Amino acid sequence: MARVVVDVMPKPEILDPQGQAVANALPRLGFDGITAVRQGKHFELEVADDVDDATLAKIAETFLANPVIEDWTVRRVEA
Amino acid sequence: MRVGVITFPGTLDDVDAQRAVKYADGEAVPLWHGDHDLKGVDAVIVPGGFSYGDYLRCGAIARFAPVMQEVIEAANKGMPVLGICNGFQILAEAHLLPGALVRNHKLHFVCRDQWLSVENNTTAWTTRYDAKAEILVPLKSGEGGYQANEETLKELEGENRVVFRYVGENPNGSRNNIAGITNARGNVVGLMPHPEHAIDALTGPTDDGLGMFLSLLDTVVKA
Repeated sequence: MARVVVDVMPKPEILDPQGQAVANALPRLGFDGITAVRQGKHFELEVADDVDDATLAKIAETFLANPVIEDWTVRRVEA
Repeated sequence: MRVGVITFPGTLDDVDAQRAVKYADGEAVPLWHGDHDLKGVDAVIVPGGFSYGDYLRCGAIARFAPVMQEVIEAANKGMPVLGICNGFQILAEAHLLPGALVRNHKLHFVCRDQWLSVENNTTAWTTRYDAKAEILVPLKSGEGGYQANEETLKELEGENRVVFRYVGENPNGSRNNIAGITNARGNVVGLMPHPEHAIDALTGPTDDGLGMFLSLLDTVVKA
Protein backbone atom coordinates (compact mmCIF):
# COMPACT_ATOMS: atom_id res chain seq x y z
CA MET A 1 0.00 0.00 0.00
CA ALA A 2 1.12 3.52 -0.69
CA ARG A 3 -0.30 6.85 0.30
CA VAL A 4 -1.18 9.17 -2.55
CA VAL A 5 -2.04 12.81 -2.06
CA VAL A 6 -4.19 14.67 -4.55
CA ASP A 7 -4.37 18.45 -4.17
CA VAL A 8 -7.11 20.32 -5.99
CA MET A 9 -7.02 24.11 -6.30
CA PRO A 10 -9.29 26.61 -8.04
CA LYS A 11 -7.68 27.84 -11.25
CA PRO A 12 -5.97 31.23 -10.82
CA GLU A 13 -8.48 32.96 -13.10
CA ILE A 14 -11.50 31.56 -11.23
CA LEU A 15 -12.86 33.74 -8.45
CA ASP A 16 -12.31 32.06 -5.07
CA PRO A 17 -14.77 33.78 -2.71
CA GLN A 18 -14.00 31.37 0.15
CA GLY A 19 -10.28 32.12 0.01
CA GLN A 20 -11.05 35.84 -0.16
CA ALA A 21 -13.30 35.60 2.89
CA VAL A 22 -10.49 33.92 4.83
CA ALA A 23 -8.01 36.55 3.65
CA ASN A 24 -10.37 39.35 4.69
CA ALA A 25 -10.87 37.82 8.14
CA LEU A 26 -7.17 37.59 8.99
CA PRO A 27 -6.52 41.31 9.61
CA ARG A 28 -9.65 41.43 11.80
CA LEU A 29 -8.14 38.65 13.88
CA GLY A 30 -4.92 40.58 14.28
CA PHE A 31 -2.86 38.68 11.71
CA ASP A 32 -1.21 41.15 9.36
CA GLY A 33 0.92 40.60 6.29
CA ILE A 34 -1.21 37.93 4.57
CA THR A 35 -1.96 39.39 1.16
CA ALA A 36 -3.96 36.56 -0.43
CA VAL A 37 -5.51 33.18 0.40
CA ARG A 38 -6.75 30.54 -2.00
CA GLN A 39 -8.74 27.58 -0.70
CA GLY A 40 -8.67 24.12 -2.25
CA LYS A 41 -9.08 20.46 -1.36
CA HIS A 42 -6.58 17.88 -0.15
CA PHE A 43 -7.28 14.14 -0.64
CA GLU A 44 -5.32 11.28 0.93
CA LEU A 45 -5.76 7.95 -0.83
CA GLU A 46 -4.52 4.58 0.40
CA VAL A 47 -3.57 2.88 -2.83
CA ALA A 48 -2.61 -0.71 -3.68
CA ASP A 49 0.82 -1.15 -5.22
CA ASP A 50 -0.49 -2.20 -8.63
CA VAL A 51 -2.35 1.07 -9.25
CA ASP A 52 -0.31 3.00 -11.80
CA ASP A 53 0.20 6.74 -12.22
CA ALA A 54 -2.05 6.92 -15.26
CA THR A 55 -4.95 5.53 -13.25
CA LEU A 56 -4.33 8.00 -10.44
CA ALA A 57 -4.26 10.86 -12.94
CA LYS A 58 -7.55 9.67 -14.38
CA ILE A 59 -9.13 9.57 -10.92
CA ALA A 60 -7.96 13.13 -10.25
CA GLU A 61 -8.97 14.52 -13.62
CA THR A 62 -12.37 12.87 -14.06
CA PHE A 63 -13.64 12.80 -10.50
CA LEU A 64 -11.71 14.53 -7.72
CA ALA A 65 -11.24 17.73 -9.73
CA ASN A 66 -13.36 19.53 -12.29
CA PRO A 67 -10.75 20.68 -14.83
CA VAL A 68 -13.08 23.44 -16.03
CA ILE A 69 -12.48 25.34 -12.79
CA GLU A 70 -9.75 23.45 -10.92
CA ASP A 71 -6.10 22.39 -11.26
CA TRP A 72 -4.85 19.22 -9.60
CA THR A 73 -1.61 17.50 -8.66
CA VAL A 74 -0.99 13.87 -7.68
CA ARG A 75 1.99 12.80 -5.60
CA ARG A 76 3.02 9.60 -3.81
CA VAL A 77 4.15 10.15 -0.23
CA GLU A 78 5.60 8.04 2.57
CA ALA A 79 2.71 6.56 4.52
CA MET B 1 -46.08 13.15 -23.39
CA ARG B 2 -44.15 11.07 -20.82
CA VAL B 3 -41.46 12.96 -18.92
CA GLY B 4 -38.98 11.25 -16.62
CA VAL B 5 -38.10 13.06 -13.39
CA ILE B 6 -34.99 11.72 -11.67
CA THR B 7 -34.69 11.32 -7.91
CA PHE B 8 -31.21 11.02 -6.40
CA PRO B 9 -30.55 10.66 -2.68
CA GLY B 10 -30.83 14.31 -1.58
CA THR B 11 -33.05 15.53 -4.41
CA LEU B 12 -35.68 18.02 -3.18
CA ASP B 13 -37.62 19.36 -6.13
CA ASP B 14 -38.62 16.18 -7.93
CA VAL B 15 -42.23 16.41 -6.71
CA ASP B 16 -42.62 20.00 -7.92
CA ALA B 17 -41.08 19.05 -11.27
CA GLN B 18 -43.56 16.17 -11.57
CA ARG B 19 -46.39 18.58 -10.73
CA ALA B 20 -45.20 21.00 -13.42
CA VAL B 21 -45.24 18.18 -15.99
CA LYS B 22 -48.83 17.37 -14.99
CA TYR B 23 -49.82 21.06 -15.30
CA ALA B 24 -48.58 20.85 -18.90
CA ASP B 25 -50.81 17.81 -19.49
CA GLY B 26 -47.88 15.41 -19.41
CA GLU B 27 -47.38 12.16 -17.54
CA ALA B 28 -44.57 12.38 -14.99
CA VAL B 29 -42.53 9.18 -14.77
CA PRO B 30 -40.41 8.88 -11.62
CA LEU B 31 -36.86 7.67 -12.37
CA TRP B 32 -34.55 6.45 -9.62
CA HIS B 33 -30.83 7.20 -9.64
CA GLY B 34 -30.03 3.48 -9.73
CA ASP B 35 -32.23 2.78 -12.78
CA HIS B 36 -30.53 1.46 -15.89
CA ASP B 37 -33.28 2.46 -18.29
CA LEU B 38 -35.42 5.52 -18.95
CA LYS B 39 -38.74 3.64 -19.16
CA GLY B 40 -39.47 4.90 -22.66
CA VAL B 41 -39.91 8.57 -21.70
CA ASP B 42 -39.94 11.40 -24.27
CA ALA B 43 -37.86 13.76 -22.14
CA VAL B 44 -36.04 13.93 -18.81
CA ILE B 45 -35.93 16.53 -16.06
CA VAL B 46 -32.98 16.51 -13.65
CA PRO B 47 -34.44 18.42 -10.70
CA GLY B 48 -32.96 20.54 -7.95
CA GLY B 49 -31.78 19.65 -4.47
CA PHE B 50 -28.56 18.40 -2.96
CA SER B 51 -27.82 15.09 -4.67
CA TYR B 52 -25.44 12.99 -2.60
CA GLY B 53 -25.26 15.84 -0.09
CA ASP B 54 -23.31 18.02 -2.54
CA TYR B 55 -20.26 16.01 -1.42
CA LEU B 56 -17.03 16.54 -3.40
CA ARG B 57 -18.66 19.13 -5.73
CA CYS B 58 -22.31 19.79 -6.52
CA GLY B 59 -23.35 17.18 -9.07
CA ALA B 60 -19.97 15.44 -9.20
CA ILE B 61 -21.21 12.14 -7.78
CA ALA B 62 -24.69 12.20 -9.32
CA ARG B 63 -23.09 12.54 -12.74
CA PHE B 64 -21.85 8.93 -12.42
CA ALA B 65 -25.19 7.44 -11.25
CA PRO B 66 -26.46 4.61 -13.48
CA VAL B 67 -29.50 6.59 -14.67
CA MET B 68 -27.25 9.45 -15.79
CA GLN B 69 -25.38 7.18 -18.20
CA GLU B 70 -28.73 6.58 -19.91
CA VAL B 71 -29.55 10.30 -19.85
CA ILE B 72 -26.18 11.22 -21.39
CA GLU B 73 -26.68 8.70 -24.19
CA ALA B 74 -30.27 9.83 -24.87
CA ALA B 75 -29.34 13.53 -24.74
CA ASN B 76 -26.60 12.98 -27.29
CA LYS B 77 -29.22 11.44 -29.58
CA GLY B 78 -31.45 14.49 -29.21
CA MET B 79 -33.82 13.73 -26.33
CA PRO B 80 -34.93 16.92 -24.56
CA VAL B 81 -33.27 17.17 -21.14
CA LEU B 82 -33.79 19.96 -18.60
CA GLY B 83 -31.53 20.49 -15.58
CA ILE B 84 -32.80 22.81 -12.87
CA CYS B 85 -30.44 24.14 -10.17
CA ASN B 86 -28.64 21.01 -8.89
CA GLY B 87 -29.78 19.42 -12.16
CA PHE B 88 -27.89 22.14 -14.08
CA GLN B 89 -24.82 21.41 -11.96
CA ILE B 90 -25.16 17.70 -12.76
CA LEU B 91 -25.49 18.34 -16.51
CA ALA B 92 -22.39 20.55 -16.39
CA GLU B 93 -20.44 17.88 -14.50
CA ALA B 94 -21.65 15.33 -17.09
CA HIS B 95 -20.28 17.58 -19.88
CA LEU B 96 -23.71 17.80 -21.50
CA LEU B 97 -23.38 21.56 -20.98
CA PRO B 98 -20.13 23.56 -20.90
CA GLY B 99 -18.75 25.45 -17.91
CA ALA B 100 -19.27 24.95 -14.18
CA LEU B 101 -21.26 26.36 -11.26
CA VAL B 102 -19.29 27.69 -8.29
CA ARG B 103 -19.98 29.22 -4.89
CA ASN B 104 -21.94 32.50 -5.08
CA HIS B 105 -19.55 35.43 -5.20
CA LYS B 106 -20.74 36.87 -1.88
CA LEU B 107 -20.88 33.39 -0.25
CA HIS B 108 -24.54 33.84 0.75
CA PHE B 109 -27.21 31.35 -0.18
CA VAL B 110 -29.58 33.38 -2.35
CA CYS B 111 -33.32 32.72 -2.02
CA ARG B 112 -35.60 35.16 -3.78
CA ASP B 113 -37.92 35.72 -6.71
CA GLN B 114 -35.70 36.63 -9.64
CA TRP B 115 -36.43 38.33 -12.96
CA LEU B 116 -34.90 36.61 -15.99
CA SER B 117 -34.86 37.58 -19.62
CA VAL B 118 -35.47 34.85 -22.20
CA GLU B 119 -32.51 35.18 -24.55
CA ASN B 120 -33.19 32.18 -26.75
CA ASN B 121 -36.75 31.04 -27.49
CA THR B 122 -35.80 28.35 -29.99
CA THR B 123 -34.69 25.55 -27.63
CA ALA B 124 -36.81 22.47 -26.91
CA TRP B 125 -37.82 24.08 -23.61
CA THR B 126 -38.42 27.76 -24.46
CA THR B 127 -40.50 28.08 -27.65
CA ARG B 128 -43.59 29.31 -25.77
CA TYR B 129 -41.82 32.49 -24.70
CA ASP B 130 -41.60 35.70 -26.71
CA ALA B 131 -38.08 36.76 -27.58
CA LYS B 132 -36.63 38.90 -24.77
CA ALA B 133 -39.65 38.13 -22.55
CA GLU B 134 -39.01 38.80 -18.87
CA ILE B 135 -40.18 36.16 -16.40
CA LEU B 136 -40.22 36.03 -12.60
CA VAL B 137 -39.28 32.71 -10.97
CA PRO B 138 -37.67 31.68 -7.67
CA LEU B 139 -33.89 31.42 -7.40
CA LYS B 140 -32.55 29.44 -4.44
CA SER B 141 -28.94 28.34 -4.55
CA GLY B 142 -25.61 28.70 -2.82
CA GLU B 143 -23.45 27.58 -5.74
CA GLY B 144 -25.05 29.24 -8.74
CA GLY B 145 -22.16 31.27 -10.11
CA TYR B 146 -21.74 30.30 -13.76
CA GLN B 147 -18.09 30.07 -14.77
CA ALA B 148 -16.51 29.25 -18.10
CA ASN B 149 -13.36 30.27 -19.91
CA GLU B 150 -13.36 33.17 -22.39
CA GLU B 151 -13.42 30.85 -25.39
CA THR B 152 -16.51 29.03 -24.11
CA LEU B 153 -18.28 32.29 -23.25
CA LYS B 154 -17.56 33.62 -26.74
CA GLU B 155 -18.94 30.42 -28.25
CA LEU B 156 -22.10 30.54 -26.10
CA GLU B 157 -22.74 34.20 -26.94
CA GLY B 158 -21.86 33.81 -30.62
CA GLU B 159 -24.13 30.81 -31.10
CA ASN B 160 -27.01 32.33 -29.10
CA ARG B 161 -26.76 29.55 -26.53
CA VAL B 162 -27.39 31.74 -23.49
CA VAL B 163 -31.05 30.87 -22.80
CA PHE B 164 -31.72 32.97 -19.69
CA ARG B 165 -29.96 35.98 -18.22
CA TYR B 166 -30.43 37.59 -14.82
CA VAL B 167 -32.17 40.97 -15.01
CA GLY B 168 -30.90 43.66 -12.63
CA GLU B 169 -28.22 43.01 -10.06
CA ASN B 170 -26.21 39.84 -10.66
CA PRO B 171 -27.31 37.55 -7.78
CA ASN B 172 -24.33 35.17 -7.69
CA GLY B 173 -21.41 36.40 -9.77
CA SER B 174 -22.30 34.43 -12.91
CA ARG B 175 -20.22 35.42 -15.92
CA ASN B 176 -22.19 37.59 -18.37
CA ASN B 177 -25.22 37.38 -16.00
CA ILE B 178 -25.87 33.88 -17.33
CA ALA B 179 -28.74 32.07 -15.61
CA GLY B 180 -29.20 29.26 -18.14
CA ILE B 181 -27.61 27.83 -21.27
CA THR B 182 -28.24 25.21 -23.94
CA ASN B 183 -26.13 22.78 -25.94
CA ALA B 184 -25.40 23.27 -29.65
CA ARG B 185 -28.42 21.20 -30.64
CA GLY B 186 -30.84 23.04 -28.34
CA ASN B 187 -32.29 19.90 -26.74
CA VAL B 188 -30.40 20.16 -23.43
CA VAL B 189 -31.08 23.21 -21.25
CA GLY B 190 -29.78 23.95 -17.76
CA LEU B 191 -30.67 26.87 -15.51
CA MET B 192 -30.16 27.78 -11.85
CA PRO B 193 -33.60 29.39 -11.19
CA HIS B 194 -36.67 27.23 -10.64
CA PRO B 195 -39.42 27.42 -13.29
CA GLU B 196 -41.16 24.42 -11.68
CA HIS B 197 -41.87 26.55 -8.58
CA ALA B 198 -43.65 29.18 -10.69
CA ILE B 199 -46.43 27.36 -12.50
CA ASP B 200 -49.44 28.60 -10.54
CA ALA B 201 -49.93 32.03 -8.95
CA LEU B 202 -51.48 30.28 -5.94
CA THR B 203 -48.21 28.57 -4.97
CA GLY B 204 -45.51 30.64 -6.67
CA PRO B 205 -44.70 34.25 -7.50
CA THR B 206 -46.16 33.83 -11.02
CA ASP B 207 -47.02 31.12 -13.52
CA ASP B 208 -44.17 32.27 -15.76
CA GLY B 209 -42.28 28.99 -15.42
CA LEU B 210 -45.07 26.89 -16.91
CA GLY B 211 -44.01 28.02 -20.38
CA MET B 212 -40.97 25.75 -20.21
CA PHE B 213 -43.09 22.65 -19.71
CA LEU B 214 -45.64 23.72 -22.35
CA SER B 215 -42.74 24.34 -24.74
CA LEU B 216 -41.63 20.77 -24.15
CA LEU B 217 -45.15 19.58 -24.96
CA ASP B 218 -44.95 21.37 -28.33
CA THR B 219 -41.50 19.87 -28.97
CA VAL B 220 -42.61 16.34 -28.18
CA VAL B 221 -45.85 16.61 -30.18
CA LYS B 222 -43.92 17.90 -33.18
CA ALA B 223 -41.30 15.13 -32.99
